[in-house]
Amino acid sequence: MANIQEKIAKLFPEATFEDGEILLVNIPDAKWHQLAKCLKEDAELHFDHLVTIVGMDWTDKLGCVYYLNSTKHNTSLSVKVTTDDREKPMIHSVHDVWKIATTFEREVYDFFGIIFINNPDMRRLFLSIDWKGYPLRKDYDMNPEVNPVSLENERQEDTTVSYVEKEDGTIEKKVVEIFAPEDFVVNIGPQHPATHGVLRFRTAVDGETIKKIDFYSGYIHRGIEKICEGLTYPQTLHFMDRMDYFSGQQYHHGLCLAIEKALGIEVSRRAHVIRVMMDELSRIASHCLFLGTFCMDLGATTMLFYTLRVREQILDIMEKTCGARMTFNYGCIGGVMQDLHPDFVKDVKELLAVLPKNIKEYNELFIGNVIAKGRLEKVGVLSREDAISYGVTGPSGRASGWACDVRKTHPYSIYGELDFEEVVYTEGDSMARTKLRIAEIEQSAKILEQLIDNIPEGEYCVKVPKIVKLPAGHYFQLVEGCRGAFGVYIESDGGTSPLRLKLAPPCLPLANVVDHLTQGSKIADLITIGGSLDYIVPDIDR
Amino acid sequence: MPYEAWKDNEYIEQLLAELRANGTNVIVGSFDKLINWGRSNSIWPLTFATSCCGIEFVSLGAARYDMARFGWEVARASPRQADFMMVAGTIVHRMAPVMRRLYDQLAEPKYVIACGGCAISGGPFRKSYHVVKGIDEIVPVDVYCPGCPPRPEAMIYSIMQLSRKMKVERFFGGVNRQEKIKDFLANHPEESLGY
Repeated sequence: MANIQEKIAKLFPEATFEDGEILLVNIPDAKWHQLAKCLKEDAELHFDHLVTIVGMDWTDKLGCVYYLNSTKHNTSLSVKVTTDDREKPMIHSVHDVWKIATTFEREVYDFFGIIFINNPDMRRLFLSIDWKGYPLRKDYDMNPEVNPVSLENERQEDTTVSYVEKEDGTIEKKVVEIFAPEDFVVNIGPQHPATHGVLRFRTAVDGETIKKIDFYSGYIHRGIEKICEGLTYPQTLHFMDRMDYFSGQQYHHGLCLAIEKALGIEVSRRAHVIRVMMDELSRIASHCLFLGTFCMDLGATTMLFYTLRVREQILDIMEKTCGARMTFNYGCIGGVMQDLHPDFVKDVKELLAVLPKNIKEYNELFIGNVIAKGRLEKVGVLSREDAISYGVTGPSGRASGWACDVRKTHPYSIYGELDFEEVVYTEGDSMARTKLRIAEIEQSAKILEQLIDNIPEGEYCVKVPKIVKLPAGHYFQLVEGCRGAFGVYIESDGGTSPLRLKLAPPCLPLANVVDHLTQGSKIADLITIGGSLDYIVPDIDR
Repeated sequence: MPYEAWKDNEYIEQLLAELRANGTNVIVGSFDKLINWGRSNSIWPLTFATSCCGIEFVSLGAARYDMARFGWEVARASPRQADFMMVAGTIVHRMAPVMRRLYDQLAEPKYVIACGGCAISGGPFRKSYHVVKGIDEIVPVDVYCPGCPPRPEAMIYSIMQLSRKMKVERFFGGVNRQEKIKDFLANHPEESLGY
C-alpha cells in the first residue's frame, strides 16, 4: 500500500491520500484522466479492473469514487474526483482506459447529472429522456406530480450527445448518431420471452448478421438506492433479496459484512458457517435454474424439469430454516435471523447424495448434445483482456480465463480456510460459460460437504445495539454473488440511515458486453450469448 | 375444492345475483354454460414477468406445482393468443406504457391478475420515485394475489378464483364485462394519468 502511495505522490504531487482499508486518492479533475492512464498502464500499479463508479452528492459538492482492482498484484485502490459546480458539473471521462466506464458514467449522469467530458454516449441509462431532475441528488423533488406515470409511449431519439474537449480547453456539445442512416434496426424486448426479463435491445442487422446493439434498461428500475437513504440500516437489508433474487443470501451477506465492518462487530463462528452454507446452497439453486432456463431459450424445454427438481429440493431446505421460498431475508446484522432447522443437516446430506447423479444427467442430456455443441461452441468468444476491461466477473469472466472469484481474491467470512477450487476455463465461448456453472455446482457441493458435519455450537446472532448507527466514513465490501462480484458502498454521516448506499451489481457489465460479443454473429446467437451470460434484469436496474 | 373452503364467496354470489336478476335464457344459458366450462378450464397465460414473482411463475409451470393439470400450461409469448395476463412483478414508469399496450393487445375476453405486493400497491418499493403504486391505476384487475412473491400455491388459488369468476359470466348477450372495461378505460385516458 505504501509503495502505491509513494509512487502516485511522486508522479502527481497534487494528489492527497486518505488511509483506510482501501487507500483513497483525492485528485483534481484536471489530472484525473492522466492518473487513470498511469494507474492502468504502469506495470507496478496495473489497476486494470474498474469495479464500480460511485456517484456522490455531498451537498456542497458532487463527485465520484472509483474503485479499482489490480488483477496482477491483487491490490485495491479508490480514487475520489469532485466538482463544486452544481449547475453543470463536469468530470473527465475514463472510457478509453476501462471500457465499462462508458456505461458506469452514464449511470452516474442519470442519477446525479454529472457530465463526463469525452464520453461518447451521454444519455440517461435508466430513466426516460424527458425525466425531470436527477433522483439521487439530495435536493431532488420527490413530488410525483413532477414526473407522473405516463401511458404515452416514451419519446425515442436516434441520437446521443457527447461533450468533447477541444485542444484549447473549451467544451463542445456534439450530437452523435447511434446507428448509421442505412442501418436496419430491429427492436427486441422489453416484452420478449428470451431476454430474461424486461431488457430491450435495439439491434442493427444486416440480413441475419448483427451489426450493433444498443441496450436499453430501466424497465424495472425501482430506485432502491434512493429508498435506502430514508431507511435505517436493518431496514435496507431486505432489498438485497429483491435485486438478483437468486443471490439473495450472498447480497445479504455482503451488506451485513459492510455494516458489521463499520460497527466493528465480530460474528460468531456458527453464524459464519451458516451464512457460507446458505450462500453455496443458493449458488447451486441459481446455477440449476440458469441451466433450465438457458436450455429453454434454446428450445430444450425438458431440461427445465430436470434442473428444477434440485432447485425445489434446495428451496425446501431454505424454507424450513428461513420460512420463505425466495425472499429469505435471512442474514441480519450480527449473524442470521433464526437458528437452523433441526432437519437441516439431514436434508443437506440428502441433497449432496443426489447431486452427482443429477450433474451426470445434465451432462448427458445437454452438454454432450450435438445441437447444443453446434450452437454454443466458439460462439460469443470473450477474451481475457476484454472480460477485465468490460468488468465481466463471475462465471462468465472465469470462462474467459480471468480468475476473478472474490472468494479467492479477497476472501471474506470463512472462505479463506475452505478447500475448494476456483474453476477457470480459457475458451471464453458460450459453451465454456455453461460448463463452468456445472463445475461450480460441484465445487459448492464440496464446500457444503466440508461444513455439514462441522457446524459449531454457539449463538447464531451476536448482540447488536438496538439502534444501529454507523460511524461517519465510507465502507466498501465485495462478495461473490451467483453471477459475479457484488459490491456494497456505504457512506455514513454518523446517523441511523446511510448518506449513500451504492449497490454495484455484476449484471450491468454482463448486459453491457452483449453488444461487443454479438457483433458479426447471427440473431439466433444473441439468444444463446445473452442466455449464457445469465444476467438478471432487476439486478441491472436496481 | 369444497365451496366453504373458498374465500370471497360473497363476491361470486353477488355476480350470480346480478346475472339472475333478468332471468336466464334457456338456450343461450345452456350455451353459456358449455362455453364457460371450456374456457374456464383452458385459461392461457401471457408470458409476462418483470421480476421475482416471475421465477415463482416458472416454478408453477414445472413438474412440482404443474399448472398443466388445470389446463393453464400453454404460456403464450404473444398477447394475441393469451387469455389473461399475470402481472408478476413491479411495474415502473418506463414499463407502464408497455404494459398497457400489452393489455390492449390481449384479445377479448381478457383478464388481469395482479400478482404480488408490487403489482397490487407498489409493495416494498411504494416510496420510490419510479414505481407505479398499483397496476389498478393502469388496467382493470380481476384478481389480486398477495405475497412477496406469492407461493405457487397462492398463484394456483388466484387462477382458480379467476376460473370461478369466468364460470359465472355470461358469454352470450351479457356484455356487462366489456362495458366495465370500457368504463375503466374512459376513466383512465392515456394522456392524463398523474396522481
